[in-house]
Amino acid sequence: MFNIEKYNKVKSVSEAVSLLEKNPQAKLIAGGTDVLIRLREGEEEYTELIDIHELAELMNIEKKQNGDVYIGSAVTFSQLMEDKIIKDCVPVLAQAAGTLGGPQVRNVATIGGNLCNGAISADSAAALFVLDAVLEIEGIKGTRETPVREFYLGPGKVVLEQGDVLKAVIIKQENYTGFGANYYKYAMRNAMDIATIGCAATCKLDGEKVAELKIAFTVAAPKPMRAQTAEDAARGKQVTAENIEAIAALVLEDLNPRDSWRASKNFRLHIIQTLAQRVITAAIEDSGVRQ
Amino acid sequence: MRKTISLELNGEQHTKNIDIRLSLLELLREEGLTSVKHGCGVGECGACTVLVNNTPIDSCMYLAVWADGKTIRTTEGEVKEGEVSQVQQAYIDAGAVQCGYCTPGFIMTSTAFVEKYKGQSVDRELIRKEHAGNLCRCTGYETIICAIESCLKD
Repeated sequence: MFNIEKYNKVKSVSEAVSLLEKNPQAKLIAGGTDVLIRLREGEEEYTELIDIHELAELMNIEKKQNGDVYIGSAVTFSQLMEDKIIKDCVPVLAQAAGTLGGPQVRNVATIGGNLCNGAISADSAAALFVLDAVLEIEGIKGTRETPVREFYLGPGKVVLEQGDVLKAVIIKQENYTGFGANYYKYAMRNAMDIATIGCAATCKLDGEKVAELKIAFTVAAPKPMRAQTAEDAARGKQVTAENIEAIAALVLEDLNPRDSWRASKNFRLHIIQTLAQRVITAAIEDSGVRQ
Repeated sequence: MRKTISLELNGEQHTKNIDIRLSLLELLREEGLTSVKHGCGVGECGACTVLVNNTPIDSCMYLAVWADGKTIRTTEGEVKEGEVSQVQQAYIDAGAVQCGYCTPGFIMTSTAFVEKYKGQSVDRELIRKEHAGNLCRCTGYETIICAIESCLKD
């Protein structure tokens, strides 16, 4: 039995917002694959729950008329893997979704929960960073949009305040059209594991030159990070093996991995460099295919 | 706090008044469906796998109240009129069972897998990937994969 002391199942996001405001200790539960584990471990801060599990208004994936892809926050990882809009427009997100946990977890875990728990290893984060995703958040004062790059504050910490509900993840049309993309999750096992390092890149080519490169990492700093220095250096460069190597070498400028029981800092530095080259190369190849 | 839920459990309609703190695993075991096993409790091992609306989930970290309005399947319900299902028979024939603790969870994952991929060409890599949420420490998986493959053929 879970140690739940207060429980409210809500019928709408606005109801969740007002209940969160009235109950300062209350937390949201959606898929439950993180919250229920923490409850079982006896964490007191999860004993008051507001249940948004399978809330219909948060479960759809839509392509808007302007081409933006709108993903409800309670969309599961299995939905991301199989949805036609995701596979057509932002296949890198489907690819990343397939690396999370195992099938049973992917069938219930949500994209919103993956972001909101603030894990620096979040499997959707690197892809969403290079897609410059925008997060639609409903709060006490109304609805606002926050770029995913401004969402994380540190390990387990995000910008959400009590009363805020992440409603949707929006990927704007200009951030996927014409871009090739790739994601690689390095972990000790090929399934059912937490990333040692995750790396995603999107790339747009202009003939033989890089028009734009975006590259992001998870578990490589106290929060998911874009490697801005490398991105700036890549602009206008010819696509050659030497240039890719030089660009990849610059990603460390913006990263600061840590020692943990999962991997040492030195090992992570090595993986970061290796993945940078591999993922940039794959994203460039993909952009050739997608042009 | 209690809540009344209605669910279809192995083909039978039930209405229950339950404690909202229960996991689906606990509810099912209280109902006598003890094929559903409590393994790791954190979504790693898959011993508690059941089908909710024909989709495999870990029942240890799924609130019982979420089963309201859903259909739930466990291995007990796969036996129809004394006959085991095709997947169950395939596990027996392939010798895909040793200690047996993981078996009910595996059978449910395989049941959903076979229903989804029946008649399609499926490689072993996909079988492994789709069963990655179930751990078996006895068989080494080889016989389990053989059992699943045999179900897809006919």
